[in-house]
Amino acid sequence: MEKVLMKGNEALAEAAIRAGCKCFFGYPITPQTELSEYLSKQMPKRGGVFLQAESEVAAINMVLGAGGTGTRVMTSSSSPGISLKSEGISYIAGSDVPCLIVNVERGGPGLGSIQPSQQDYWQATKGLGHGDFRLIILAPNSVQEVVNLVVRAFDLAEKYRMPVMLLSDGLLGQMMEPVEFPEISAKTADNSGWAACGTKMQREHHIVNSLYIEANDLEAQVKKRYERYAVIEENESDAETYLCDDADIVITAFGACSRIAKSAVNKARAEGIKAGLFRPVTLWPFPKKQLLAATKNAKAVLSVEMNMGQMIDDVKLALDCRIPVEFTGRTGGVIPSPNEVLAKLREMNGGAQ
Amino acid sequence: MAVVFERPHALCDVRLHYCAGCTHGIIHRLVAEVIDEMGIEGDTVGVCPVGCSVFAYNYFNCDMIEAPHGRAPAVATGVKRARPDLNVFTYQGDGDLAAIGTAETVHAATRGENIVVIFVNNGTYGMTGGQMAPTTLPGQVTTTSPYGRDPRKAGYPIHVCEMLSTLDGTALAVRTAVDTVPHIRETKKMIRKAFENQKAGNGFSIVEVLSTCPSNWGLTPKECIKRLQEECIPYYPLGVYKDVQLEEANADKLAMGGAAK
Amino acid sequence: MAKMSVIFDRCKGCELCTTACPKQIVAIQHEKRNKEGVFTAHCTDESQCIGCAMCAMMCPDCAIIIEK
Repeated sequence: MEKVLMKGNEALAEAAIRAGCKCFFGYPITPQTELSEYLSKQMPKRGGVFLQAESEVAAINMVLGAGGTGTRVMTSSSSPGISLKSEGISYIAGSDVPCLIVNVERGGPGLGSIQPSQQDYWQATKGLGHGDFRLIILAPNSVQEVVNLVVRAFDLAEKYRMPVMLLSDGLLGQMMEPVEFPEISAKTADNSGWAACGTKMQREHHIVNSLYIEANDLEAQVKKRYERYAVIEENESDAETYLCDDADIVITAFGACSRIAKSAVNKARAEGIKAGLFRPVTLWPFPKKQLLAATKNAKAVLSVEMNMGQMIDDVKLALDCRIPVEFTGRTGGVIPSPNEVLAKLREMNGGAQ
Repeated sequence: MAVVFERPHALCDVRLHYCAGCTHGIIHRLVAEVIDEMGIEGDTVGVCPVGCSVFAYNYFNCDMIEAPHGRAPAVATGVKRARPDLNVFTYQGDGDLAAIGTAETVHAATRGENIVVIFVNNGTYGMTGGQMAPTTLPGQVTTTSPYGRDPRKAGYPIHVCEMLSTLDGTALAVRTAVDTVPHIRETKKMIRKAFENQKAGNGFSIVEVLSTCPSNWGLTPKECIKRLQEECIPYYPLGVYKDVQLEEANADKLAMGGAAK
Repeated sequence: MAKMSVIFDRCKGCELCTTACPKQIVAIQHEKRNKEGVFTAHCTDESQCIGCAMCAMMCPDCAIIIEK
């Protein structure tokens, strides 16, 4: 199949349609708007539903309703909008409803900025609403990977009956890259065993619900969900490594930021600094085992992020203080340059000698 | 002898958790009777949000989705857009529909979302123990308006049907009560009309049912009925605020040169 | 011939049915409590029951069955 030049947001939207997404509910927000605009054009022509809701809160609850019938459904937003959606996300997780949620991150807190950022790592991996629950978080670093991960996201959501988030950012959303759409056999799972889609008077009624008024019942339900999470941690964690085998310093970076880090690694190697890159593709489950393997010969780790240092917490937890972990990054919508990262590598390399 | 009145099939054969004399049970039964009579139980999905009636998912035999507080119209929108072949209804209280869920309610109505909304208005937050609701009457004492609701400070009650009847997407906005058997019969007729609107694709139908809350009003069920009649109905007049079926019929008559009534 | 019967353990004794009966033959009995500890409604004079089902329509708990 031939490659086409597309904006990240539009490629994501196209991939969602090809992955069999039947409904989209959203609310305008920069820098994800092209995604909804693309779907507003395409969904009606291709047998899908596009609806612009009155708020992010309403949009995520429409996702709960459509997903509750067993229909492939998604929503997209950007950071402040995801905060609004967090109530609904908690209910969706508590009701075991599959769906895809896209966050094209921007700067925060508050209204923040509309520039690219990775400030929602904590929100995505730890704080997407009240209660004990997890979301699978996928973090692409190219327009092509956005496409690939959208397909995987829908499949994972249905396989484990839970919401999956694709964590993009203003950089990936806005930039254009050549992209190839793989042949996708849009095969949705059979959801008729649990979905609220009409009894047809053939079975007991299905209840899509997150309320368990008896504490013991709720605990049992949450524990059952955590058994599923354990399987996911075992089977679905994913990462990419680059020149890590002999690296003295391994950079950890995700999403768009990992590409800046990769340039820095190449520049460092040219100077004789043995640097490598470890890039988590799944932020939850965090690829702990892969990180341990990638850093077995390293003397130090450098977490590079477009925030004040959020993923670094998970890196440190995974490494269990075995080696020092340092941080460099920019925040507020500022993108770090490869040279800034290189400067930090030089400093650490000097320190290591 | 043959049984002429018993529990409808669409209502599960379980004991309702509601307090003695709470009229939720009557309204549940009316919805279930309409579902039975229209033969749509197998193709119906109910949406019940937070409130006393959140457990309605245990009471209706059709598939059910529990919604966050106030969000039932949005959840129902999702169901209906994904599966237009299903009959979808929400069952909401006044705090849910007219306070936290105002945006969801108004926008589902103005979109002409093809759903049925059963709005149970008893002027209080029952589940949390009787706090002031958007529909609490002026002067009414609740746990958060201990000196009586003072509109100058707490604002005025919302007349939901009047408000929604101004929206083009609303097909039916009607207020009924369950204080007497004739009113109960009228309520059922209106619920049926709402579901028929959905079948016909007419748009958003809301049936507001003035209801009671013996526990939080601090009255016996019989005294509640009296208060409903003497205080609530005069403040919230019963009647049809909008009915597109009626409007269409009148338009037809006009077109034929007859007098519209 | 008509018969009104109360599902003993479903009745909550709210008395709403007693307000609905046109013959005024529905009342609360004060002899036996059900498993919820409630004195339940009953028909005081079966011979007068016309099976209009108004008591059943008023009952919030589907605790009344009417036969005719």
